[in-house]
Amino acid sequence: MSFNFPILSWITFLPIIGMIAILLIPTGKDENAKKRSHLIFRWTTVATTFIQLILAVIIYMNYNPAMKGITDVNTFQFVEKFTWIKAAFPMVGEIKIEYFLGLDGMSVPMVLLTAIVVFVASFTSFGISKQVKGYFMMYLLLDTGMMGVFGALDFFLFYVFWEVMLLPMYFLIGIWGGPRKEYAAIKFFIYTLLGSVFMLLVMIGLYFTFGTFNLIEMTNATKIIQGSIFSGLDTNWRYIGFIALFIGFAIKVPAFPFHTWLPDAHVEAPTAISVILAGVLLKMGAYGMLRIAFPIFPDSVGYFQYLIALIGTISIVYGALCALGQHKVGKRDFKKMIAYSSVSHMGYVLLGMASMRPEGISGAIFQMFNHGTITAMLFMIVGVIYDRSHTRGLDEFGGLANKMPIYTGVMAIAFFAAIGLPGMSGFISEAFIFLGSFQTFPVLTIISGLGIVLGAAYMLWALQRVFFGKENEKWAGPWDPTHTKYKTDDINGLELTALVPLAIIIIYLGINPGPMIDIMSASVNHFVDYMQPFVKIGGSLLGGM
Amino acid sequence: MTPENLLNIAILITLLPLLSFLINIFFGKKLGKVSSYIGTTIMGIDLILAVTVFVSKVFNTWSEYLVQNADKSLTYLASDAMVQLKYNWFSFGRLNVQVGIGIDNLAAIMLVVVTLISFLVHLFSTEYMAGDKRFPRFYAYLGIFTFSMLGIVIANNFLFMYSFWELVGLSSYLLIGFWYEKDSASNAAKKAFLTNRIGDLGFFSGIMILFFTYGTFMYDEIFGKMATGLIPFDSGTMLTVAGILVFMGAVGKSAQFPLHVWLPDAMEGPTPVSALIHAATMVAAGVYLVAKVFPMLTADALLVVAYTGAITAFIAATIALTQNDFKKVLAYSTVSQLGYMIMSIGVGSYMTGFFHLLTHAWFKAALFLGSGSVIHQMHHSAHHFHDHHTDPQDIRNMGGLRKTMPWTYATFLFATMAISGVPLTSGFLSKDGILAGTMAFGNLTGHWLIPIIGFSAAAMTAFYMFRLTIVSFHGDFKTKIAEHTSENKFVIVFPLVLLVVLSLWFWYSPNPFDANAGWFAHKLAAPKTAVPANLQWDFLLTEEQKTAYAEKTSKAAEAKANIKEALPATAEGTELHKEAVAPEANQGAKEAAATESKAVGELGHQENDLAKASEHKAEEVKTEAHTTETAAVKEEHKTGEAAVAAHGATTHEAGNAHAEAGTHGGGHYVNKFAEEMHHFHVPAMILSLIIAGCGIGFSFLMYQFKLFNPDALANSLRPLYNLSYNKWYFDEIYQATIIAFTVGFGKVLAIFDNKVIDGIVNLTGWFTKLVGHITAIFDNVVIDGLVNLLAKVTSLFGAMIRKVQTGRVQSYVAFVIIAIIMLVYFLK
Repeated sequence: MSFNFPILSWITFLPIIGMIAILLIPTGKDENAKKRSHLIFRWTTVATTFIQLILAVIIYMNYNPAMKGITDVNTFQFVEKFTWIKAAFPMVGEIKIEYFLGLDGMSVPMVLLTAIVVFVASFTSFGISKQVKGYFMMYLLLDTGMMGVFGALDFFLFYVFWEVMLLPMYFLIGIWGGPRKEYAAIKFFIYTLLGSVFMLLVMIGLYFTFGTFNLIEMTNATKIIQGSIFSGLDTNWRYIGFIALFIGFAIKVPAFPFHTWLPDAHVEAPTAISVILAGVLLKMGAYGMLRIAFPIFPDSVGYFQYLIALIGTISIVYGALCALGQHKVGKRDFKKMIAYSSVSHMGYVLLGMASMRPEGISGAIFQMFNHGTITAMLFMIVGVIYDRSHTRGLDEFGGLANKMPIYTGVMAIAFFAAIGLPGMSGFISEAFIFLGSFQTFPVLTIISGLGIVLGAAYMLWALQRVFFGKENEKWAGPWDPTHTKYKTDDINGLELTALVPLAIIIIYLGINPGPMIDIMSASVNHFVDYMQPFVKIGGSLLGGM
Repeated sequence: MTPENLLNIAILITLLPLLSFLINIFFGKKLGKVSSYIGTTIMGIDLILAVTVFVSKVFNTWSEYLVQNADKSLTYLASDAMVQLKYNWFSFGRLNVQVGIGIDNLAAIMLVVVTLISFLVHLFSTEYMAGDKRFPRFYAYLGIFTFSMLGIVIANNFLFMYSFWELVGLSSYLLIGFWYEKDSASNAAKKAFLTNRIGDLGFFSGIMILFFTYGTFMYDEIFGKMATGLIPFDSGTMLTVAGILVFMGAVGKSAQFPLHVWLPDAMEGPTPVSALIHAATMVAAGVYLVAKVFPMLTADALLVVAYTGAITAFIAATIALTQNDFKKVLAYSTVSQLGYMIMSIGVGSYMTGFFHLLTHAWFKAALFLGSGSVIHQMHHSAHHFHDHHTDPQDIRNMGGLRKTMPWTYATFLFATMAISGVPLTSGFLSKDGILAGTMAFGNLTGHWLIPIIGFSAAAMTAFYMFRLTIVSFHGDFKTKIAEHTSENKFVIVFPLVLLVVLSLWFWYSPNPFDANAGWFAHKLAAPKTAVPANLQWDFLLTEEQKTAYAEKTSKAAEAKANIKEALPATAEGTELHKEAVAPEANQGAKEAAATESKAVGELGHQENDLAKASEHKAEEVKTEAHTTETAAVKEEHKTGEAAVAAHGATTHEAGNAHAEAGTHGGGHYVNKFAEEMHHFHVPAMILSLIIAGCGIGFSFLMYQFKLFNPDALANSLRPLYNLSYNKWYFDEIYQATIIAFTVGFGKVLAIFDNKVIDGIVNLTGWFTKLVGHITAIFDNVVIDGLVNLLAKVTSLFGAMIRKVQTGRVQSYVAFVIIAIIMLVYFLK
C-alpha cells in the first residue's frame, strides 16, 4: 500500500495533541468562565475524536482486503517502521526495539471500533462536572493507549501502549467513579497489572527465543534460536509461556474465572468509562490472543484448544446465569447485569476463536465489533436514567415506556440486538461463531446455545421490570421539575447523538454484514491456514468432546 | 410471467408491510387515525400482488430456467417445483453464504393466506382498536409482523427462515405485550418469546448439523445432496436427530406439546392480533416449516412428529372442554388443530396437513374475529353500565347474542360447523383427509393410537365448539351487558363474511366429499423424500425409488466385496513398505541415541524425520489404493443417482396422474401410502361424520336442551374436570421445575460469583496485604533491628571507649608508661 501519510501514527497520537491543548487551556476562575472552559474542553475532545474517526474511516476505505497480513510482514498495510531504541548491553547484546505499526484484517475492525466508541462516548462525558480538565486529559490519553495497542506490531511497543492505557483508566474510575470507586479502581489496576507481569515475562522469554520484539517474526518458527527457552515444539516451557500469555489476556477479556473485576469496575465507573471499558478494553484481551498468543504458540493452542473452548462455554453459560441471578440477589444493579452479560458475550468470542474455522474466527472478530457497539449502547442507556434518577436499581422503575417513548424505542434496539435478534449485527456474529464452533466442538456448542435462551431471559426480564407495567409513583412527576437540565422527560438530543449512530451501525451490519466480513476475510483465512497444522478443525460428533 | 418478475413481485410483497411499519413507527404520532388507512391500503395492494403471484405460479407450468449475473453472485432458477433466486450475501473467503427466496406452490398459497388475513385484520382493527392511545403503533407492529411472516414464507434457505422466524417472535412479543401496562400482558409476551426461544435453540442446532454436513443453507441443495446419500456424521440416527431438532422450531412456534403453554397466555394481546398471529399465520409457520423440510424427515423423525401432533391435539382438546374464557377456548382449539396438522404431516399425509392449515386459517380467523366482534360489543356495553367487574370475555356472562348480533352469530356458527367437520365446509374436506391419512398410517405401521386420538379429538372439537356457540349465542341474555350489545359496523362484519365464504367446499374441490377431486390436491402432491431409502417408511417411497435403492445396495455390496478383496493386498503392500523402511528408521534413532554430540543428534533427528516421511508415504500408497477402489464405487453410485433423478422427474407427473386417477377410484398410485389412504377414504369419512355428529348432538343435549346438567357431570368426574380446567397443570409444573431451577441456579451462581470467585480474588488481595504487613513488621523489627543493633553496639563501644578518654594528662602519662613497659616486655 503506497500510503505515504503516516496515518497510523496520527490516529494514535492525535489524542495526545488534544490532551496538550486541553492542558494549555486554563480553567476559568469564576462560574461563567469555568462553564466556558468546560465547554471548550468538551468540544476539544469531541473534535479530536471526530478527526480520529475520520482517519479511521479513511483507513477503512483505503484498506485493501485482499492482503492477508497475520504472519506475512509484507502484506501489512499502513506500515510505519523504524528503530526506536537500540542499545548494547553486556551479556545480553544489542537490544533493538522498533516503532512498528501496521494493520491487517484483524486490527482494522478494532481501530474502527475504537474510533467510533471513543467518539460517541465523548458526548456521554458531557455530564462530568468534577475536575473536567483532568477528566478529558485522561480520556484522551486512554484513547492513545487503546489505538496504539491495536496498531502495534512490536511486542515491546504493544506492551508500552498496554500500560499507557492502564493508568488513565485507573484514575478515571478512581476519581470520577461511584461510591466504591477506590476499591474498584485498585482491583482493576492490580488485576490488569498481574496480567501485564505475565505478559512481560513471556515477552522477555520470547526476546531470547527470537532475538527480536517483532511480533510478525515471532510467528516464523525458523527464526527460533536453538536451545532457547521457547525453542522446539510442544515443550513444557512453551505451554507455560502460552498459559501465562493466555491468562494475561483472559483477565482482560474477561473470561471465567478471571472476570470478577469487571462487575465492580462497571458498576463504579462513570457512564462514558463503562462504555469504553466494555466497548474497547475488553476487546484488547481477545485481540491480544489472536495477534500474539495464538500465532506465536500455535502448538500450545492445539494442546489447549479444548480448554479454551471450554472456558468460552463456561463464560457464556455462567455469565448468563449470573446476569439472570442479578434479578434475585443483592442490589439488582442494571449495570451489573450488563457487566455479566459482557462476560457471557465475550465467551462467544473465545468459543469462536477456539473453533479455528474461518466462520468461527470471523464471527469472533465480528462479535468483538458488535459487542463493542451493542454494549456501548446498553451502558449509555443505563446512563440516561441514572443521570435523571441517580439510581440503577432494576426494581426501582417500571412503566418507563409511557414516560419516555423514544428512549424506549432506542433501548429496544439495543436490547434485542444484545439478545441476538436477526436483522441486528449480533445475530450474524453469534450465528457464525456457532456454525464454526459446531464443526470443531459440537457438544460444547450446543451447551453454549443455552446462552441464547438465558440471554433472552435476563434481557426481557430487565425490559419488563424497567419499561413495562405500571409507572413507579416515585417518578410520577417530571425528572427535573425545574426543567433546567432536562427540558422534557424523554431522552434529549445530546444522548440521541451518541445512541443513534450506534443503532444505525448495528442495524446496517445486521442486514449487510459484507463490508465488515470482507475486510477480515483474507486475514482470517490465512490465519486458519497457518494454524491448521497444529490444531483440530472439524471432526466427528463425539471427537469434539 | 418471467421468473425474475415473479420473484421481484414476491420481494415487493414482503417489503411493502415493512414500509407500513416504518411510516407508522416514525410518523405515527402525526398521522393518528390515518395510519390505519395507510396500513390497510398497503395490505390491500399486497393482497392483489399476492393473488397475482399465486395464480401465475400455481396455474402455470414453469419450464427449467437458469440465469446468472456476471459475477455469479445472483442466480435465478426455475423449475415447475420452485421458482427461486440465490444471492451471495457475503463470504468468508472460501465459504459463500448464500441466501435467497423461492416460490413453490406451498409458498404461493401461503402468500395469499398471510396477506388476505393480514388485510382483513388491518381492516377489522380500524374499528376495533379505534380510540386506543397507541393506535398508530399497533399498525406499525402489524406491519412488521406481516413483513416477517412473509419472509418466512418466501425463504428458500434455513438462514432466512431462521432470521424471519425470530423476527416473527419479536413482532409477536410486541403485539402480545401491546397493552404492556398490564402485568399479565407483559408476562405473556415474555413467556411467548422465551418458550419460542427454547424451540429455536433446537431449530438452530438442527441448522448447525445441516450446515456442517452440507455446507449450505439452501433447501434444494441440502435435499439434493441428501438424496445422493450424504447424511450427517454418516449416521442415520444423526439425520433423524437433525430432523427432530429442526422440528423443535415448529414445536415452539406452532405451540406443540410440550411448548404449547405460551399460546393460551398470548390471548392477552388485542383480539385482532390473536386472529392474525395466534390462529392463522404465525402459529401455522411451524406447520409450514415441517412441510418445507418434509423431504429430509426420516421415518423415525416422522413418527416423533406424528406423535407430538397427536398428543398436542388430544391434550389441548381436553383442556378446551372446560374453559370459560371465550378466547381461551379458541386458543386451545387452535393448539389442538395445529396438532392435527402436524400429526397429518407426521403420518406422511403431506397434502391434507397443509390443506388443513389453509382451511383452518380461514375459519379460525373467522372465529377469532367473531370473538373480537363479541368482545368489542361486550366491552362497550360494560362501559356503558360503568361495570368494570364483569369479565366481558367470560362466556357465562353472554348468552342470547344471536338476537343482537345476527351477522356475527351466523358467521360464527358456520365457522364452528367448519371446524367441527360438517359436510359442505372446507373443514370437512381437510379433516376427513387427515383422518383417512392417520388410519392408513395405523394400518401400515400398527400405530393405531394415532387415528384413535385423531377421532377422539374430532369428537371433542365438535363438542366444545358447539358448547361455545350455544352458551354464548343461544338462550337468554345472562346479563344486562349482553342484552345491551348490538351488531358491529361493516368493517368488522365484512371480514367475517368473507372468511366464511372462503370456508365453503367449492373453492377447493368440486366434490364436497372428496378433496382429491380439486386443484389443491393436484397442485400439492407430496414432495419426493430425500432421505436414503433404508431410513424412510417403506410405504412413502415410490416404486422407482425402491428399485433404485435395491440396485444401489446390491452394487454397493458388490463394490464392498471388491474392496475387501483388494484390501489384504494393499495391506500387504503397506506392510512390505514399512518393513523396508523400518530398519532405516530404527538405525537412525539408535544412532541418534548412541552419539551424544549435538551435531550427530541433529543428524539423527533428520533421519528420524526421513523415516517418518517414508512411513507416511507407505500410508499414502495405501490410501491411494483405497481411492481407486472407492472411485469405482462412487461411479456406480452416481449412475444410481442419475437414475433416481430421472425417476424423480417422472414422479411428479405420476403424482398428477394419480390425483386425476384417484377421483375415478383406483389406478396408479405414487406410493403405497396413497393407495392405502384411498382405501380408507370412505370409512374415515363415515366414521368422522358419526363422531362429529355425536359431539355436536351431545353439546346440544347438554347446553341447548339441558337434558344433562354439565355441573353434575363435572362433579361426578371431578378429578378429570380439574385436570382439564387447570390445563393439566403444565404451567405449575414448569414453574416449579425448569423455571424455578434456572432462576435458583442463577441466584446461587450470582452469590457464588460474589462470595467465592470474587472472594478468592479479595482473599488474595487480603493475603498480599497481610504478607505486606508481616514484611513491614519484619522489616521494622528484624532488618531495621539489625541496623539499629549495629548502631547500638557501635555506640556501646563508643561509650565504653569514651570512659578511657578522661581528659586528664596524668592518666594519659600512666597509660603511656604501661604501654612502654608492655612493649619492652613483649619485644624483648
